[in-house]
Order: sequence, then C-alpha cells, then structure tokens
Amino acid sequence: MNKTLPQEYYKQLEEIQVADFVLIELTLYLDTHPTDTQAIEQYNQFAHYSKQLKEKFESAFGPLQQGSLNRTPEFWAWKSGPWPWQV
Amino acid sequence: MKSNPKTFTKVKSYVPYHSPCDPCPPIGRKYYSTPPNLYLGFQPPNLPQFSPIEALKRGTLWPVFYDFYENPYKKRAGKEHE
Amino acid sequence: MWSYEKKLQYPVKVSTCNPTLAKYLTEQYGGADGELAAALRYLNQRYTIPEKVIGLLTDIGTEEFAHLEMIATMIYKLTKDATPQQLRDAGLGEHYVAHDSALFYNNAAGVPFTASYIQAKGDPIADLYEDIAAEEKARATYQWIIDMSDDPDLNDSLRFLREREIIHSQRFREAVEILKEERDRKKIF
Repeated sequence: MNKTLPQEYYKQLEEIQVADFVLIELTLYLDTHPTDTQAIEQYNQFAHYSKQLKEKFESAFGPLQQGSLNRTPEFWAWKSGPWPWQV
Repeated sequence: MKSNPKTFTKVKSYVPYHSPCDPCPPIGRKYYSTPPNLYLGFQPPNLPQFSPIEALKRGTLWPVFYDFYENPYKKRAGKEHE
Repeated sequence: MWSYEKKLQYPVKVSTCNPTLAKYLTEQYGGADGELAAALRYLNQRYTIPEKVIGLLTDIGTEEFAHLEMIATMIYKLTKDATPQQLRDAGLGEHYVAHDSALFYNNAAGVPFTASYIQAKGDPIADLYEDIAAEEKARATYQWIIDMSDDPDLNDSLRFLREREIIHSQRFREAVEILKEERDRKKIF
C-alpha cells in the first residue's frame, strides 16, 4: 500500500528537523559550556517550539516517538509507514 | 603561539617532491583541509548564529565553524580556497 | 536508555540513480572510521570517563546512530530498485550474492565490521584523543566520498555529515581542555 505523502508532510517534517537540529547543537555546546545562561534560554525556547510542532505533526501524520499518544483508537499507528529511510 | 581565529584559511596545500625517475606525471599541488575547529580553541560564548533553517542546511548553528567542501582537484586554476 | 524518533536528523535526497556510490557509502556504514564505529566507541567509553564529560559522549554517541541511519537511507535508496546486473556493474556483485540488497556492516572493500576498530583505554586523555582522531578521519572520509560523487543532492547530505564531524571534533577538543582543568585558573585565547 503505497500512498504518496502530501507536500505538507515534508514541510512540517522539515520544520521539526530544523528545530531539533538547533536543540542538538545547543545540547552539545551546553555539555561543554554548562553555565551559558543565554544558551540555556535559547535551548528552552526551541524545546518548547519543537514540542508544539510535533504535536501538530502527530495529529496529522501519526506518532513520531515511542511514548507518543496513539490518536487513532482503533489502530496502532506507530507501526505504520512510511519509515524515515523510505520517505 | 596562538592563531588568530579571524585570519585562518580552511585549505592548505603543498607540492610533493617529484623525482625525475617517477613514472607518472606529477600531481602538482596536494591539498588538505584545515577546518575551523583547529584554530578556535574553546568556543567563546555569544558567537553569531545562522538562522535555524540555514543552520540545518549547513550542519552547524555557528558560521565560524562552517566549512564548505568541494573537490580541490576539480579546480584547475590553482587558486586557494578561502 | 534509548528511544527512537521516526525521522531522519537531516532530509536525505538522492537524485542520481548510481548504485556505485552505495559501495563507497558503505565505508561510513561499517568501516573503521564510520558512524557505527563512532557510536559504539563513544557510548562504550562513557562508562569510565570522568563525569564532567559523560553527557558529551552520550549525546555525540547517540547522534552518530542518527547519522548511521542517514547513511543507511542513502545506500537503501541507491540499491533498492537495482537489478542483480546493475548491482554487479556497480561492483556490488559479491555483496548481492551474500545479501541481495540488504545492508550489512562492512566497509567499502567488503571487510566486515570489527570491534578492533574502536578502543577504550580507560585513560580519559587517551580516549578523548582517540575520539578527536576518529572525527577527523570521518571528516576526511566524507571528503573522499564527495570527491567520488557527482550527485549534488547526495553531496549536500555528505557535506552536512562532514560539518557534524567538525563540530564533534571541536567538542572533544573542548572536553580535553575541561579535563586539563586549567580553564578556571586563567583565560587565554
């Protein structure tokens, strides 16, 4: 069963990839600069933003991580494709 | 002996010794990469950042670390990269 | 513990149908300086490293698995639609005979992955210098793969991965500075 994904999927996914990238860059930076309060503040802003983006994405396209809400009560959406290497 | 992080170049080159007995034509210049992490020392705080979209594309949040790579042997002109 | 996120760290695109590149990409999948070696190296060293740098090793080690997934995606996209003849023409005939187009942890020459590629000396300075060296070797390997590839979309992802190696090397260098414990005494840049 091979549905083509809408453009919106790619667009929202990229927004999440952008936000999460900032988070990982700041995480590595903070691992060696633990007292940089400005960086911590920026990290928290993006952590919040990423969470919002993911909730929106998951409502439309299914869970992104283990532990996410399964919003389709009759079906376990986590096991559905597409998977990241197929997209 | 501290390098000034503002003036380093990201590619260096040298000419390997060519002997008259070598069977093949000389390669000329060999290039090697000297990316910013060699020169910066401990990252200082408050460095300028890319926008988030730009950061993802380039692979880092900070322009100071960005180092675009292309095959130096494709450029025949022999000019140094910056 | 680990949890999985159903997304790639960076959107991987491959625009040219050229299975030969898959062979070279395998060097970063199961090779000595590749992403699997990196992930296992850092995640193993972190148990016995001073606490100040455990977080860094955990986070970089985890990121390397994300990169492994990106390499796997590139190889997968390049080989999933290839016929046996196309794979043979790409130099992947031996691989096909053992694996069809399944991925496997070997280097570009087909040598299987081994724990001998990594080390954990238990000495934090030795371990961190090994990590810095690993990042520089990975950076160089990406350069050589980019040299071999004409696919601009693939090269874009490879340049991303190369840039990540530069950042990782930077962080490991900083970790050495932290462990030298000279930083609080006097700041000299």
